[in-house]
Amino acid sequence: MKEKFEEKIWGENNAFSMTKKIWLVIGSLVAGICTGLFGGGGGMLIVPLLTTLYGLEQDKAHATALATIFPLCCISSIFYLVGAGWEYQNGLVVSLGVVVGGIVGSFALRKIPKRMLGVIFYILMIGGGVKMIIG
Amino acid sequence: MQYLWMIVAGVCGGIIGGMGMGGGTLLIPILTILLGWSQLAAQTTNLVAFLPMALVSIVIHTKHKLVDFKALLWVTLPALATTCVASFVAPKLEGDLLQKMFGWFIAVVGVVMLGKTIFDWIKSKSNKTKMPPKSKSKSIF
Repeated sequence: MKEKFEEKIWGENNAFSMTKKIWLVIGSLVAGICTGLFGGGGGMLIVPLLTTLYGLEQDKAHATALATIFPLCCISSIFYLVGAGWEYQNGLVVSLGVVVGGIVGSFALRKIPKRMLGVIFYILMIGGGVKMIIG
Repeated sequence: MQYLWMIVAGVCGGIIGGMGMGGGTLLIPILTILLGWSQLAAQTTNLVAFLPMALVSIVIHTKHKLVDFKALLWVTLPALATTCVASFVAPKLEGDLLQKMFGWFIAVVGVVMLGKTIFDWIKSKSNKTKMPPKSKSKSIF
């Protein structure tokens, strides 16, 4: 009965056990804190959650993570704009660049060697992080 | 000239973001370290810039049938609760503290992700010599 129910809900993902569900929810809570506190970066945590706990393929996990953090960022930006305001002129110029880059990135998702790009990107991240900690 | 660099920074963040890798973790350090923005301004810009970019990306990904809506609900609902609290707190924190916390965050996530990426890479390479590649992501390498 229970297995049938699981199968109905999860289809081919019926290996999605209770333990995995709990970890997925805990991970989501943490990703939510990061998105709210740091204004981004939640997607980076959600992708591995979706691949390891939910069993999505890499490409699907990336796309789903993006759709997942969209509502989070909507809520977050409202809190930020109300709480601190925004230099909209500069901000809009950067946003324009982000939109252009986003379109390129979406089309390239299936064509670019992601691991190589990932390695370069993560090294840049570590460097940036260390610079910010030192100040 | 200043605006040109802002656009370049945006495009870099956008490409990574459009691939669902977390463009903000690239855009925010570029804005603060290279362009001298305050941490909070960079974070706000990243959040707002993400919205139109993500909308476009999500439409494209949905057309490619890459978005799994059941998984989406499982992650979004719990995360929404904590995001509200955290984004209420963040603008009230001191800029330096916020920047240091963000620095620790991207450094730690960067180390973990780098380790995982390299580990998976080595594993898939050693698998490839034994059996033909099965999934699409493995066939790239």
